[in-house]
Amino acid sequence: MNADVIVIGAGIVGSACAKTLAQRGMNVLVLDSQRGGATAAGMGHLVAMDDNPAELALSRYSIELWQQWAPQLAADCAYRNCGTLWLAANQEELQAAEHKGETLRAQGVTCQLLDAEGLRQTEPMLRRDLSGALKVNGDSIVYAPNAACWMLTQGGTRIRQRCEQVSAVEGNRVRLADGSWLQAKLVIMANGIHASELCPELPIRPKKGHILITDRYPGRIQHQLVELGYAASAHVTSGTTVAFNAQPRPTGQILLGSSRQFDSLSPEVEGAVLARMLQRALDYLPELGQLNAIRSWTGFRAATPDGLPLIGAHPQQPGLWLAVGHEGLGVTTAPGTAQLLAEQLLGEPSAIDPAPYRPERFLHTHELKEQHR
Amino acid sequence: MTRDFDLLIIGAGPAGMAAALAAAPSGARIAIIDDNPAPGGQIWRDGVQAQLPAAAQRYRAALAAASNVQLFAATRVVAIAGPQQLLLEDDNSAWNVRYSTLILCTGARELLLPFPGWTLPGVTGAGGLQALVKGGVPLTGERLVIAGSGPLLLASAASARKAGAQIQRIAEQASLAALSAFTLQLARWPGKLLQATQLLDSHYRSDSFVVAALGSEKLEAVRLSQSGKIIEIPCERLACGFGLIANTQLGQALGCRVADQAIAVDDWQACSRTDHYAAGECTGFGGSELALVEGAIAGHAAVGEQHQARALWPQRARWQAFARQLNRRFALNPQLKQLAEADTLVCRCEDVPYSALAERSSWVDAKLHSRCGMGPCQGRICGAACEYLFDWQTPTPRVPLTPTRIDSLLQLAEAQVHG
Ligand SMILES: Cc1cc2nc3c(=O)[nH]c(=O)nc-3n(C[C@H](O)[C@H](O)[C@H](O)COP(=O)(O)OP(=O)(O)OC[C@H]3O[C@@H](n4cnc5c(N)ncnc54)[C@H](O)[C@@H]3O)c2cc1C
Ligand SMILES: Cc1cc2nc3c(=O)[nH]c(=O)nc-3n(C[C@H](O)[C@H](O)[C@H](O)COP(=O)(O)OP(=O)(O)OC[C@H]3O[C@@H](n4cnc5c(N)ncnc54)[C@H](O)[C@@H]3O)c2cc1C
Repeated sequence: MNADVIVIGAGIVGSACAKTLAQRGMNVLVLDSQRGGATAAGMGHLVAMDDNPAELALSRYSIELWQQWAPQLAADCAYRNCGTLWLAANQEELQAAEHKGETLRAQGVTCQLLDAEGLRQTEPMLRRDLSGALKVNGDSIVYAPNAACWMLTQGGTRIRQRCEQVSAVEGNRVRLADGSWLQAKLVIMANGIHASELCPELPIRPKKGHILITDRYPGRIQHQLVELGYAASAHVTSGTTVAFNAQPRPTGQILLGSSRQFDSLSPEVEGAVLARMLQRALDYLPELGQLNAIRSWTGFRAATPDGLPLIGAHPQQPGLWLAVGHEGLGVTTAPGTAQLLAEQLLGEPSAIDPAPYRPERFLHTHELKEQHR
Repeated sequence: MTRDFDLLIIGAGPAGMAAALAAAPSGARIAIIDDNPAPGGQIWRDGVQAQLPAAAQRYRAALAAASNVQLFAATRVVAIAGPQQLLLEDDNSAWNVRYSTLILCTGARELLLPFPGWTLPGVTGAGGLQALVKGGVPLTGERLVIAGSGPLLLASAASARKAGAQIQRIAEQASLAALSAFTLQLARWPGKLLQATQLLDSHYRSDSFVVAALGSEKLEAVRLSQSGKIIEIPCERLACGFGLIANTQLGQALGCRVADQAIAVDDWQACSRTDHYAAGECTGFGGSELALVEGAIAGHAAVGEQHQARALWPQRARWQAFARQLNRRFALNPQLKQLAEADTLVCRCEDVPYSALAERSSWVDAKLHSRCGMGPCQGRICGAACEYLFDWQTPTPRVPLTPTRIDSLLQLAEAQVHG
């Protein structure tokens, strides 16, 4: 045995799993090939998303965990409780905002509706004719690459890290690039979009996203600003969509998203998509046009057919556990994912219902698969 | 808006101007763009106090007279907009340019290495000081120390003296042996020998390098290592240049091969990508004479005049030999890698100290975890320093290639439609 647990992937999800398991006394070996992943590319918005009850349950629970961790987070994790404003462009969207508020409140998420005037006073840089917004107070932002590093330091000597590329997985064993095998009581796969290289049966598709950051313009916006159409855009399953999403960085920079794009595997920044995304941002923040952009980049979200992650035992491979498929919400949901996984591993009662995230919804057990043939 | 040209030249320094003038008689529609307000590049930079040499004035006049050459000054390349298409931005607008052939003449920039105090007001690059002088900043009565390496130190001293500075020391890191060897060779290029004699200065010392810039709010003195002894010299200004590094970013972004930290070219000055050429210091350090002849070769080759291009090869060979001498004799002393202390800033945009980088494994690793290179200069300064200090590879640049108005980037939508 090389450890109690081997975690494949040191992104935000693998790091959260390592932290949570180490703090329960397990010896964890984290393997990462440093090929880069979504954690280095994403916006790090910790946001309660309510497209379906399971998404809300996991994001709400995870944000609670983030709030508990917040006082201990290292300064370079840049955690800020800036809140989210869901922007309504017209009366119809304002009704949608109201409805969203009810859904969130029913789950204990604090939020309030701003009318047009209230919104203008809160965020004067926004276009003047918006109808209002839903303000979600508990949402935050974090610099995910450093948050992942911080998590790995929280296990003390119980977490060891190695730079290794895993080339195959068989239950509780993993093969390294040099052909040698490592073994543990269990293996957790948390390597994002690359999971399907090791387990082709996983229903994960890369969904490309563009991001752009401006030079420093302190104080222009105060909250993470998201258009209400964002959720609809986020759940489209083909083609390319863009939605307005802007984040005030602690440096005074503005981080702009977001695009969602299937069928592109190249990491290249695509001018046409970037331009569409920026046009959308200008629709909401007209003065943005005169600000300088200093960099753009792309990342890939690991998308599943129902938009929910796969958290739990691999039904066909005893000893292998999955924590993958976090799409555009994995920084938010990493702590909850780790908690759910730990509870299942240790047979503890769960804080939230684990059923909606179980891999069985896509991966039948061996017997079933045989019958289908 | 999209404009079309047969030949697009990026950079209007000696190489770019020579390229345009060599290609102009072919009748091709030529555009030359430069982010400075006037052509001339680094060496022939214009400004209120600039005294342009006769050669520079000749090139400028010829350029203005060529009716098929359009100069776009104060204009920068901000993105690759499509195949053979670039997005340009000036102070008011942004537009796409489509080309059949491109010549990169993007030049070089100074290598700035971090040492304690290098961010104090009063400390600049050696070339940076020259630009200040040409821009009209008076140095009357100011005590100046110049440090670093290469002939640029002497040129910088000469312009500063004219602007009224009192030179206290010119500290050249190369050894006396290397300098003597270089001087002996100079007879092969009589013009250079003459230049060297004119620039000679009694304050010049070999085996000398800066150890620290001292002062609390601004520069008060410089600590130097001079032939192994530590000395301090009070002064108001310090100009430091450790040689030049090629501006390869645009070439890299276009997919042109880079070797030895310069854009790789063949005998025709052609890059690894067809219809793309490069000339001047973006292909390696060599001085303005080499840049001029390389530019002319590229200009002829780009319009299919192989014969004229080939006729210039011997002249290029002569100046390449000079460049080899320079690079050999002024090679940097590895001790310069040790100047930074734990709290010395390496990335000025984001205030990242040396200690935050020393433990990192690569540029990407350092960047993600320390913010090094994430500021407006996007690693133009600290990336080059890190390449030298840690042997890190910095990645291929991408859109925007320089800070760019968001309005300008909207043009990328149009580019794809037409492109
Ligand atoms: C919240 C946030 C704020 C940001 N702010 C800024 C900013 O102000 N300025 C700025 O310039 N950038 C900023 N960035 C961008 C940023 O760090 C990178 O540009 C981003 O990670 C995208 O990666 P890249 O491809 O640009 O990396 P590059 O620097 O271009 O590196 C490219 C290569 O490195 C690989 N790679 C990535 N991670 C690793 C790793 N851990 N180990 C080994 N290889 C790896 C990638 O796969 C890719 O092939 C910010 C990012 C975030 C998340
Ligand atoms: C543009 C964009 C914006 C986003 N914005 C947000 C946001 O605002 N809020 C939010 O919550 N989420 C956001 N996300 C989503 C979030 O970033 C991801 O869901 C999350 O980072 C996933 O983390 P991960 O640990 O699962 O995977 P990754 O971060 O991809 O980590 C996987 C790791 O596995 C390693 N690896 C891969 N293969 C192997 C192998 N064979 N062997 C060893 N190691 C391997 C990689 O090196 C990598 O470090 C965004 C994503 C994108 C792309």
